[in-house]
Amino acid sequence: MALDKPYQDIPGTIIFDAEQSRKGYWLNQFCMSLMSSENRARFKADERAYLDAWPMSEEQKQAVLARDLNWCMRTGGNIYFLAKIGATDGKSFQQMAGSMTGMTEDEYRAMMLAGGRSADGNRRLGEDGDAQPQHQPQGAAGKKGNA
Amino acid sequence: MARITASVYTSHVPAIGAALDLGKTGEDYWQPVFAGYDFGKQWIAEQKPDVVFLVYNDHATAFSLDLIPTFALGTGSEFKPADEGWGPRPVPTVYGHPELAAHIAQSVIQDDFDLTLVNKMDVDHGLTVPLSLMFGQPEAWPCQVIPFAVNVVQYPVPSGRRCFQIGQAIRRAVESFDEDLNVQIWGTGGMSHQLQGARAGLINREWDNRFLDRLIDDPAGLSQLPHIDYVREAGSEGIELVMWLIARGAMVDIAGGPKPVLRKRFYHVPASNTAVGHLILENP
Repeated sequence: MALDKPYQDIPGTIIFDAEQSRKGYWLNQFCMSLMSSENRARFKADERAYLDAWPMSEEQKQAVLARDLNWCMRTGGNIYFLAKIGATDGKSFQQMAGSMTGMTEDEYRAMMLAGGRSADGNRRLGEDGDAQPQHQPQGAAGKKGNA
Repeated sequence: MARITASVYTSHVPAIGAALDLGKTGEDYWQPVFAGYDFGKQWIAEQKPDVVFLVYNDHATAFSLDLIPTFALGTGSEFKPADEGWGPRPVPTVYGHPELAAHIAQSVIQDDFDLTLVNKMDVDHGLTVPLSLMFGQPEAWPCQVIPFAVNVVQYPVPSGRRCFQIGQAIRRAVESFDEDLNVQIWGTGGMSHQLQGARAGLINREWDNRFLDRLIDDPAGLSQLPHIDYVREAGSEGIELVMWLIARGAMVDIAGGPKPVLRKRFYHVPASNTAVGHLILENP
């Protein structure tokens, strides 16, 4: 019997449940290895070789190399694990979170200073808020796409 | 006899720790955040707790996907600040209270809550940022700290109801410890925030303030709130707020005692991606 997962109708959100965790096991464990400075240096010296030492899928490796956090998450990554990649790159949580919206760093920071993203229109798929699939990517990137 | 004298609630945003460690607290962006804790610092210097029972979550630091305990009680004697990828925070080592922790383990497990006991782990920003907010930057933390790590990273996380109940069991455990100890319980994390996907940056000021109202006046009702409401209204990482119900469940009014006294309420947006909330409740 399928388990009840009432969180699948929230736009722009992947809930890291046991199923995602199973998919992302090696991707997330690779991220954990970046908690030692020695491993961070080895990864930076040759990312591909470092990734090849882990039994991750080719897609997961490509997503890491591209630093596409949305792609990483679709393949089972979790933000707290993926944050170790950001830390290795010298990125803050704000830069990492912002990168998933399509906004520039300045645009995202300005949105947060203005009180953050509203929940209105973003509670359920099918509404019309800025996090809905039909409005991606956001910010300057989104405007270019619409032109 | 040991006694829980007060509960403290606060967000534990990592950027707050970084701002402190890098000397940015006076900057326009950070000044209002730290000002919200001026009262708490003064208050806690007068309260002088012997032990803080600190409810927090590990952020893929001590617990990778190798091991995912739902409730992990730190029974060890010391816990080092972790290297989360930026190098360890320059904060003092956290010293536990193994005797009280062992007593709590004995009592709470026999009270039907199946805890995981941890003698060795590093502690991340979830635990050290609240200490920094309340104690500033001392050479050594002025009290012992029992870490209590709750899984809110991988779903399903414990329900608000379960958290509220375990808080009540923790109060019973502390009050049956013979040594005279002034114990505080802290609930940390939240408030609204989402760190992922196209919905990153979600903040819900109205919902957060309603949560604070109900935590103070209607915690039993609040504890019935399903997970999905937290995620939908307060963002995927807003689920951390279930941990505040553990601290609230440990207050004496839940066991028929008098209502707590509200000593501080603070709310500010933003700190990095997050809404910052802070409460101090004292048992009369």
